Amino acid sequence: MLALRKEGRGVSTLVSAVDLVKDFPLRGSLFDAFSSRRKAVHAVDKVNLSVDEGEVLGLAGESGSGKSTMGRLLLRLLEPTSGRIEYAGRDITTLDARELAAFRSRAQIVFQDPNSSLSPRMSVGQAITHPLQIHGMGTAAKQKARVLDLMEKVGLSPAEFLYRKYPHQLSGGQSQRVVIARALITRPDFLVADEPIAMADVSVRALILQLMQQLKQEMGLTYLFITHDLATAKYLCDRIAVMYLGRIVELASRDELFSQAHHPYTKALLAAVPVPDPRARRDKNLPTGEIPSAIDPPAGCHFHPRCPFARAECRQARPPLREVSPGHLSACILQ
Amino acid sequence: MKTGAETILRVNDLSICYPISIGVVRAVEAVSFTLADGEALGLVGESGCGKSTLGLSLLKLLRPPGRVTNGSIMYRGINVLSLDRRSLLALRGRSISMIFQNPLTSLNPLFTVKQHFLETIRFHDPSMPRGKALAAAAKMLATLGIEEKRLGEYPHQLSGGMRQRIMIGLALIMNPDILIADEPTTSLDVIVEAGFTELLATLRRVYKLSIILITHNLGLVAEIADRIAVMYGGKIMEIGPAEEIFARPLHPYTQGLINCVPNIRLDRKELVTMPGSPPDLVTPPAGCRFAPRCPKVMPVCGERLPDLMDHAPGHKAACWLYARKAGE
Repeated sequence: MLALRKEGRGVSTLVSAVDLVKDFPLRGSLFDAFSSRRKAVHAVDKVNLSVDEGEVLGLAGESGSGKSTMGRLLLRLLEPTSGRIEYAGRDITTLDARELAAFRSRAQIVFQDPNSSLSPRMSVGQAITHPLQIHGMGTAAKQKARVLDLMEKVGLSPAEFLYRKYPHQLSGGQSQRVVIARALITRPDFLVADEPIAMADVSVRALILQLMQQLKQEMGLTYLFITHDLATAKYLCDRIAVMYLGRIVELASRDELFSQAHHPYTKALLAAVPVPDPRARRDKNLPTGEIPSAIDPPAGCHFHPRCPFARAECRQARPPLREVSPGHLSACILQ
Repeated sequence: MKTGAETILRVNDLSICYPISIGVVRAVEAVSFTLADGEALGLVGESGCGKSTLGLSLLKLLRPPGRVTNGSIMYRGINVLSLDRRSLLALRGRSISMIFQNPLTSLNPLFTVKQHFLETIRFHDPSMPRGKALAAAAKMLATLGIEEKRLGEYPHQLSGGMRQRIMIGLALIMNPDILIADEPTTSLDVIVEAGFTELLATLRRVYKLSIILITHNLGLVAEIADRIAVMYGGKIMEIGPAEEIFARPLHPYTQGLINCVPNIRLDRKELVTMPGSPPDLVTPPAGCRFAPRCPKVMPVCGERLPDLMDHAPGHKAACWLYARKAGE
């Protein structure tokens, strides 16, 4: 299917996950040690997903859907339980330490909270230069020039002045810019952005989104944009994958997802987004309850206990992710 | 007042300061507004604009060194600020209640849901028999859409959404007039948040509540509030009916705020941004607090502070752009 898409759309795949599984075993009691199956959190459950070169793929879902685990797996910041991750055609799950280091300069990540991502003891300049030192890129003078240049590009201006500042001297927006600059200083191709604006103030959010859009153009980046907010995803993403309890339930182009969502869970997520307009009326058909535990997820379709359209079949087998229209996949058996 | 409902809360010329080592943070400055019976007022703005400080002060909950330096808070003709400890304890929870962002830090991990309710009820009404108090708690759970068996559970056994429902139940069990909700849904997931918003609308009807909703979430405020006050740098920049604020925002700060929030109903791919950050409130700008960031700034803006003036019925803005129209 991957090959087919490649030909059909004339784009090449940069990163892909094949039957990717990640379980986090629970620390059991002595009694559990004798039982045949250890309990585990099934964070990612046989996921197939590919990110095309140059696109922004959104990964949306509520907390506990496995979207952050997915982002970390694609960069091998976590070891998968099973399955493959291919990056530019190469299986990265088999890379040795040296190859992995080289890979890390190509694929980077930005986390939600810039303050916990930055060392309070490193100045802005040191933090952004650090990856260059780790990868042995350039002389000290060249490194500094490159850092100052990128700082201006991400809006850390005047760069010479901010170069010497420490995280506690920066505003929230500036800190997130430092984190973005640090992720991009090795000129990666792929950036995983894990809720990069969730902690930021309203006005800062828009600025960071705008910056990400601009950097993508200028540096030819590919993004995996992890978010719980579909309104934000609508601005930035080309395609969007919706996750629920470790599985992708729907994947579609931005336009298609927002106009013709297929999966009842996606519809619920869309209906729940608050609209900043008092005249807007919202479809009040919300699913009941909250996302269940990923330790012992419901059988069949994970969403069936909350789904208003659930039928007997939904409780039995995992619904396959099938094509409901060209390029639009949904894991729902209903029409 | 204009809608005919009685004003139950009147904040007049309120200023709040936090003395710190490098000076005095003027967190809230000369803020006035009213809350009508049954009305929901949204208090919006970025972090550090004084909205949470203002919310706390309404129940005289400010912690030192924070203190009110000027103004009054009149609840049904009583100045909250002049109340002694005893009267305050009676006011809190019975007349005005408050819920916060993170229910887990507001609930006692060693208390069951039942114990939380019993403690609250018996604090305010020690003579109420246990059976009657329990019946009231069970009835409240039903209103909140939570099964009665949860009464015996501890906070860690509840989901995030349920915890926040319990919080609001505790806040409302004594049937107060006013609920102050400070970022009540920020820790909740989007579907749970939507459910909570619906619940709040129901509770508002059932308990004839007036609400002060403090939030940076314009989507949430659009769904709940009848009127909106936009705060910036410790001052109210604009206040008016919710529909007016969104449809015809007057202040450039309000306009900027609305423009930079992604709206899922719109098909925009470009974002309108608002560079800069809120002012340092130790040495705030001389004139309008927003002048350094304002795209429509004029010379007068940096010199003198504009007053909050009427521009349409019930719609006020503090901006020099409209000064002449207002008859100056």
